[in-house]
Amino acid sequence: MIGLGHYLVVGAILFVMGVLGIFLNRKNIIIILMAIELILLAVNINLVAFSAFLGDIVGQVFAMFVLTVAAGEAAIGLAILVIYFRGRGTIAVDDVNRMKG
Amino acid sequence: MTMLESLLVVLPEVILTLGATDLLLVAAFSTKPNLGRRVSIYAVLMLIACGLSLLGPAGDGGAVFGGLYNADAFSTFSKILIYASAAIAILMAPRFFDRRGEMRPEYPILILLSALGMGFMVSSGDLMMLYIGLEMQSLAAYVLASFMRQDTRSAEAGLKYFVLGALASGILLYGVSLIYGFTGTTSYEGIGIAMASGMSTGELFGLVFVLAGLAFKISAVPFHMWTPDVYEGAPTPVTAFFATAPKIAAVALAIRVMFDALAPATDAWQQIVIFVALASIALGAVAAIGQSNIKRLLAYSSINNIGFALIGIAAGTQAGVAATLSYMTIYVVMTLGSFLCVLQMRDADGRPVEGIASLAGLSKSQPALAAAFAIFMFSLAGIPPLLGFWGKFLVFDAAVAAGLFPLAVIGIALSVIGAYYYLRIIKTIYFDDAATPYAPANSVVENGLIALTAATVSPLGYLLVPFLALTAGNAAAALF
Repeated sequence: MIGLGHYLVVGAILFVMGVLGIFLNRKNIIIILMAIELILLAVNINLVAFSAFLGDIVGQVFAMFVLTVAAGEAAIGLAILVIYFRGRGTIAVDDVNRMKG
Repeated sequence: MTMLESLLVVLPEVILTLGATDLLLVAAFSTKPNLGRRVSIYAVLMLIACGLSLLGPAGDGGAVFGGLYNADAFSTFSKILIYASAAIAILMAPRFFDRRGEMRPEYPILILLSALGMGFMVSSGDLMMLYIGLEMQSLAAYVLASFMRQDTRSAEAGLKYFVLGALASGILLYGVSLIYGFTGTTSYEGIGIAMASGMSTGELFGLVFVLAGLAFKISAVPFHMWTPDVYEGAPTPVTAFFATAPKIAAVALAIRVMFDALAPATDAWQQIVIFVALASIALGAVAAIGQSNIKRLLAYSSINNIGFALIGIAAGTQAGVAATLSYMTIYVVMTLGSFLCVLQMRDADGRPVEGIASLAGLSKSQPALAAAFAIFMFSLAGIPPLLGFWGKFLVFDAAVAAGLFPLAVIGIALSVIGAYYYLRIIKTIYFDDAATPYAPANSVVENGLIALTAATVSPLGYLLVPFLALTAGNAAAALF
């Protein structure tokens, strides 16, 4: 029998993978965008699992909002990435260093 | 309550939604010259209309839409500050962007959309509203940071802001999902009731995640690392906007969450807020010392100031919240004034200059601007009789009244360290050998705004203190 705990563990693992993906990744900014999506996915799993086990619809409504915002966020992130690439000609994480201090 | 009555309560948001989308269509299809300036004027008028609408049911209509949205004295106070700083951020922009031929009509529209999200943040009565408001504000802000597409620094600022902002939203959202799961509701009221009967481990985790996300949005230590880079890279009017309106909205949102939803867990979040406040004041004071770029310096100054504002929240009392609101009001006036002065730093060809060393000798070439700069720096340092001192006095007074003596003592000691770098700028302006003079500051709007903000933070500002105390007190009382 799969219980609430199993879903929460999956959610927690995905969340940690997402956060580590942002901090440990030294290659490519696209991977950071994927890691951000992973975090939002973890949240959605949490919300839907809680919603199902509480018998409360609010969590599923919330998950819909999160999906919508995630789509908008990805669009804006990619747009900023494109103008960054046009100016610098690279999207390597280590090269994002025009400002330091 | 009928639908129409509910819509009247959310009138500022209705005006901004319809107005910003209409202006977007105008910007897309109009062929008139000078479109950027025209749209800016309409945007400022719209913000004024939003401010006026707060006189009606939008100012004190109470909870509507099933408690999702609250219109009370607290939201009204925050919204007036937000709309005023958004309007000034629009007014100071045209000349800056004109020099690069980039005054596009999207700038005022994005500011309006961001202000729309902030309105939802400060009025939120539910975690869902909190998240939507925060994202509406942030998404517009990411685009604003990278507004100068040709400038690689601006694009880099936008990219950094986006990545770290999205991470913060994710962390906050994860906390929200835990709080929802362990209390079974997303409304602040319901969470407060559920937590009153003791806090589970899951709820504690949720609280920590939510506070971490909020700390990022107000750029408090240890989630401040994006601030200097984004402030330096973003166009100066955008930086002025970031340093004011979103800060007010995020601080107001944090107050709402902590005192509405998490009130039973005051002991748990108080320790976190005290740590964050002291760490922000310390880092803001120490890290700013070595900076040579004025915008970076003001970024550390804003981290430092947020620390002081958090002291009022850490007190956990009604007087503390009122002190934080007063502090934020004074901070906004000082910061807008400082950035207006920074906008006047241009070389003979009109290119913006950002080095602190270039300020040398300003007292001889432009005495009025130098005096304004000095007033803002003294005020930010909290030196009496300027108004910045009064804000610091209020938050420390609230902390002492709440029995937090160590917090107040350490905070005051650190504020002395912070005074060093403000005084260093004044020394550069008044006593260093003259550098190349700037182009003359000849914009009527900008000079008028500098004079207005300088007069407000000068000792004359104390005439406003009784009014400020009354309104901030009413706003804080709405939460208790």
